Amino acid sequence: MLMKSSRELKNYQNEQHNFKLRLGVLGLLVLIAFGLLAIRFYYLQIQRYDYYQTLAENNRISIVPIAPNRGLISDRNGVVFAHNFFVYTLEITPSKVENLAATISDISKLVEVSPTDLKRFNKQKNESHNFESILLRTHLNEVEAARFAVNRYRFPGVELKSRLFRHYPLGKQGSHIVGYIGRINDKDLKNLEETNLLSNYKGSDHIGKSGIEQSYETVLHGTTGFQQVEIDADGRALRILSSQAPIPGNNLILSIDGKLQEIAETAFGERRGALVAIKPSTGEVLAFASMPTFDPNLFVDGIDFESWNALNNSLDKPLINRPLRGVYPPGSTFKPFVALAGLENAKRQPPFSISDAGYFTLPNSRHRYRDWKPGGHGNVDMRRAITVSCDTFFYGLAMELGIERLTSFVRHFGFGQKSGIDIAHEIGGLLPTPEWKMRRFKQPWYMGETVITGIGQGYTLVTPMQLAQATAILANKGVTMRPRLVSAITDAKTGATSLTKAVVTDKISLDEKNLEIVKLGMIDVTLPGGTAVSVGANAGYSIAAKTGTAQVIGIKQNEKYIEKNIHERHRDHALFIAYAPADDPKIALAVIVENGGHGGSAAGPIARKVMDYYLLGKLPMAEPPAEAQNAATPSGNTVTAPVEPTENVPEEEPYD
Amino acid sequence: MISQLLQGLFKHIDSFLMGCLLFTVLVGLFVLYSASGQNFERVSAQLVNIAIALSIMWLVANVQPQLLERIAVPVYLLGVLLLLAVEIFGHISHGAQRWLDLGFTKIQPSEIMRIAVPMMLAWFFSRHEASPRIIDFVIAAVLLLIPVALIMKQPDLGTALLISASGFFVIFLAGLSWRFIVGGGILIGALTPVFWSMLHDYQRRRIEILIDPTQDPLGAGYHTIQATIALGSGGMTGKGWLNGSQSQLDFLPERTTDFIFAVFGEEFGMAGNLMLLVLFSLIIGRGLMIAAQAKSTFTRLLAGSITLTFFTYAFVNIGMVSGILPVVGVPLPLISYGGTSMVSLLLGFGILMSIQTHKKLVASG
Repeated sequence: MLMKSSRELKNYQNEQHNFKLRLGVLGLLVLIAFGLLAIRFYYLQIQRYDYYQTLAENNRISIVPIAPNRGLISDRNGVVFAHNFFVYTLEITPSKVENLAATISDISKLVEVSPTDLKRFNKQKNESHNFESILLRTHLNEVEAARFAVNRYRFPGVELKSRLFRHYPLGKQGSHIVGYIGRINDKDLKNLEETNLLSNYKGSDHIGKSGIEQSYETVLHGTTGFQQVEIDADGRALRILSSQAPIPGNNLILSIDGKLQEIAETAFGERRGALVAIKPSTGEVLAFASMPTFDPNLFVDGIDFESWNALNNSLDKPLINRPLRGVYPPGSTFKPFVALAGLENAKRQPPFSISDAGYFTLPNSRHRYRDWKPGGHGNVDMRRAITVSCDTFFYGLAMELGIERLTSFVRHFGFGQKSGIDIAHEIGGLLPTPEWKMRRFKQPWYMGETVITGIGQGYTLVTPMQLAQATAILANKGVTMRPRLVSAITDAKTGATSLTKAVVTDKISLDEKNLEIVKLGMIDVTLPGGTAVSVGANAGYSIAAKTGTAQVIGIKQNEKYIEKNIHERHRDHALFIAYAPADDPKIALAVIVENGGHGGSAAGPIARKVMDYYLLGKLPMAEPPAEAQNAATPSGNTVTAPVEPTENVPEEEPYD
Repeated sequence: MISQLLQGLFKHIDSFLMGCLLFTVLVGLFVLYSASGQNFERVSAQLVNIAIALSIMWLVANVQPQLLERIAVPVYLLGVLLLLAVEIFGHISHGAQRWLDLGFTKIQPSEIMRIAVPMMLAWFFSRHEASPRIIDFVIAAVLLLIPVALIMKQPDLGTALLISASGFFVIFLAGLSWRFIVGGGILIGALTPVFWSMLHDYQRRRIEILIDPTQDPLGAGYHTIQATIALGSGGMTGKGWLNGSQSQLDFLPERTTDFIFAVFGEEFGMAGNLMLLVLFSLIIGRGLMIAAQAKSTFTRLLAGSITLTFFTYAFVNIGMVSGILPVVGVPLPLISYGGTSMVSLLLGFGILMSIQTHKKLVASG
C-alpha cells in the first residue's frame, strides 16, 4: 500500500518532470521561430530597405501579364486554317481617366469610334475591374494610329497598343472544324477558376469557344509570362524589374486535307447538308463539311448584333455543326449493317433467296409493308438485296433477327453512341431498343417496329459523323478506330512534332465470307443495275456504296411522293455512304444532302468528287454534266420520322 | 466596499496576462484604423467584437476547470455533428462551405473545434494518466483527424492547420515517445518524394505555388509581393502611423484581415515588429507558466495547447505576410479585424485564467 502510493508519487513526479521538459522544448521552439522572423525582418527592413524603399517610393509596381501567342492550326499539307497577326488597338484604363465620357468623345474626334465599339467597351467595362485596360477600338489603320500617337499626351490612361489577333484566313471554309475563339465571358472565368487556370489567363482576352479552338484550348493557349514593371503616375512602364517570357501555345496539324475540304464544300453549292470522310485504317478525318457554313472571323472580336441575328435566325441554320449534331434517319444506308448482322447470325446465307412481290406482311396481320418498288424486285438474294435496296428482303430479315440481336450487333458499328471524335458537343444519335421505348414512351415494343428498323426507318437516328464512322468500320473489317481531327501537335518551343495516337476502341470479329458478300453487294450499287450507277461510271477504281433516302414529311398510305409538288424544305433528305477502293479502302465517307431528294443522284456525285480527288488527285470539272438525270433508278424508300437538325445556340451573346 | 466588489469581480482575472492582452488589442485598434483607410465604423465594429470577446473571457475565467473537463466530450461530439451538418446542409460562401444557417444566426462549427479538440484530447489523456500506451496515441490521433478531415474538406486549410497544431501539442505534451516523433519525421521525409511523383503536373504546380507564391505573381503571389514591398519599405522605424504608402494606396489586398501585419510593419518598421514579437512572447511565456503550474493532467495539457496554438497563429500569419511561409488564411491574433477569431482567442485565454486562478481550490479539493 505504502509502496504503491510512493510509486504513484514517483510516477507523478516523473510525469511532471517530463511535462515541464516538453514545455521547455516547445518554449525553445517559440524562441527559435520568433528568432527566424526577426532575421527575416532584418533582411527585408534593413538589408533590402533601399530596394523596397525605391519600389514603394515610385510606389507603383505593376505586374504586367504577357499573353502567349496562340498555337497555329493547319491542315495535313500545311495550309493554315488559323493564325495570329498584330493589330493596333486603343485601350483605356478607367481608373486613370478623370472624365471617361469626355475622353472618349475627344478620342472620337481623332479616330472613329462606332456605336458598336462603344457598346463593347461599356459591356467590358462593367465586367472588369477599374484598373484593367479595356479595349475601345481595334484594327486601327496606320493613319489613325499615327494621329493618336501624336496626341497621346492629351490622354493619360489611354494607350495605343499592338495586340495579336486571331484570324481564320480561309473564312467560311472548315469553320465547323476549327471553330472560333471569342472574348472570355463570366462562364469561361468560372470554368477557369474551377480548373485553377485563371492566373494563366490574366493576359488573355480570348478563349476557344467551339470546334478545335475549344477542345484543344489547353494545347493552343500556351503559358502566360509576366513582367514586373515600375510604372509612372500615368501608368506607363518606366523600367522592367524582372520578367519571364511567355511560352507560346503548340501548333496543331489537322488530319483534314484542305483541298479535299474545299472540294467537298464547293460540291454542295447552295445545298444544305454534311459530309464526313475518314481514313478507315487510322480514324483520321479527311474532310468534315457542314453546309452552309459561316465566317468564324465574325466571332473573334465579339459578333455584332446584325450578323448574329442573320446567322442565328437563318432557316439554313449555318451555326449548327451538322456532322456532329444533325440527326437523320439512316434510311437504306442502314441496310449493309443489317445484312451483316443477318449473315453473322447465320441467316440468309447463300444460296438463300426470296421472291419479292413488292410487299411484306407479318404473320396474322394484313398490314402491308411496301417495297419502294411497286411490284417488287422478283428473285432476290442477299447480294442483290443490297444492290437494288430491296425493302421486302430486309423487312423479313429484321423480323427474324429480332430487335435485340439486330441492335446489339450494329452497336459495334457505332450506332447509338458518340464516335468520340476530338471536338466537343457531339450527340449520340439513337439506336432504339424495347427498354429505351419503355423508358421514353412507357409503351411496349411492337413487332412492326422491328420490321421497319431493318430498313433504317422508325426511331433510328444517326449523325453524319456516325454514318461515316460506321462505313469506316465496315471498310476496316470490324475494327473501330477513334476518329480524330488533329493528327499531330508541334511543340512551339522545341519544334518537335508528336503524332496523335491511333486508338482502337472496339473490335468485332467478322467472317471474311460475310464481309465479301456485303462488299460485292455494295460494289454492284455503283455498277449498272445498282441504285447509284452514275457514281461509279468511269471511276477507274471500285467503289462500295449504298444510297439512302430519308423522308421529311409523312406520306399517306395511298399517296404518291411527287417531288415537284412538294415544298423544297419538305423534300426527302438524300444519303450516301461509300468506301473506296473497295478492295483496299483508303477513304470511307458519308454524305447527306438535306431535302436533296435521292441519295444516288444528289449525294452520290459529291462523294465521287471527293473520292476522285483523294484517290486520283483529280479536280472536279467546273460545271458538272447533267448526269444526275441519267440515274433513272430511284434509290431508296420512305422514312416516317421527319427530322430537322437539332437546335444549337452558341454560348456567346451578341452585344445589344 | 467598492474595492471589495471589484476584487470579487476580477478575482479570476490574471492581471499580467490581461495587461498584455489589452495592450495588444489596443495596438490592433490603431493599426486597424490606419489599415481601413481611417474608417471609424470599422474600428467601432471591432470594439464591439472585443467587448463581446472580453465578456466571454471573463465568464469562462470564472468557471471551474472541472466543469470544462466534464463538458469536453459533449462539446466535441456536438462540434463533429455540426461539422457533418455543414457538410450536408452548409452554406457556401467564397467557394467554401463553412457556415451553418440555423435560421436566426449563422455559425461556423470549425471555430468551436478550435477549443473542443484540445479539450477533448486533454480529457482523453487525463483518463490515461501516468504512462499512456501506444494505442492511446493512436486513438488520440483518430479523434484529432476526424474534425481536421471534415474542415479540410470545406475547404478551410488555415483552420484545419491550426486545429491539427492544437491537437498535436496535446499529444506531444502527453508524452508521445521521442522515437515516434523522430521516426515520424523521417518517414514523412522519406515518403514525400514518393507522394510527389504520384501527383499530376497541375497538382504539383499548385503545391509549388503554395510554397513559393512568387512563382505565380499574377495569382497567389501578388499578395506576397505587395506585402514584402510594404514591409521592406518600412525600414528600421517605419513610415509612421497613417503614413504607410503601400497600405494607404490600394496596393495591399486584405489589409484589415489576414495581411494587416504588412500595414503594421510598414508604419512601425522593424522596431514595431520586434515590439510585437516581444508582446506575443510575454503572452506565450505567461501561458506556458500557467501550464507548468497547473495541477491536473487535463488543465496542464489544455493550458499548454491553448498557449502554443496562439503561438502557431502568430507565427503562421507573420511568416506568410513576410514571405517565408505559404499563404494560408490565418489572421494575426488579437489584431486582425474579425469577431470570430477574437472570441475564440479570448475564450482560450479565459480558460488559461480559470486554470490559473482555480488552482488552490483544486489542490484543496
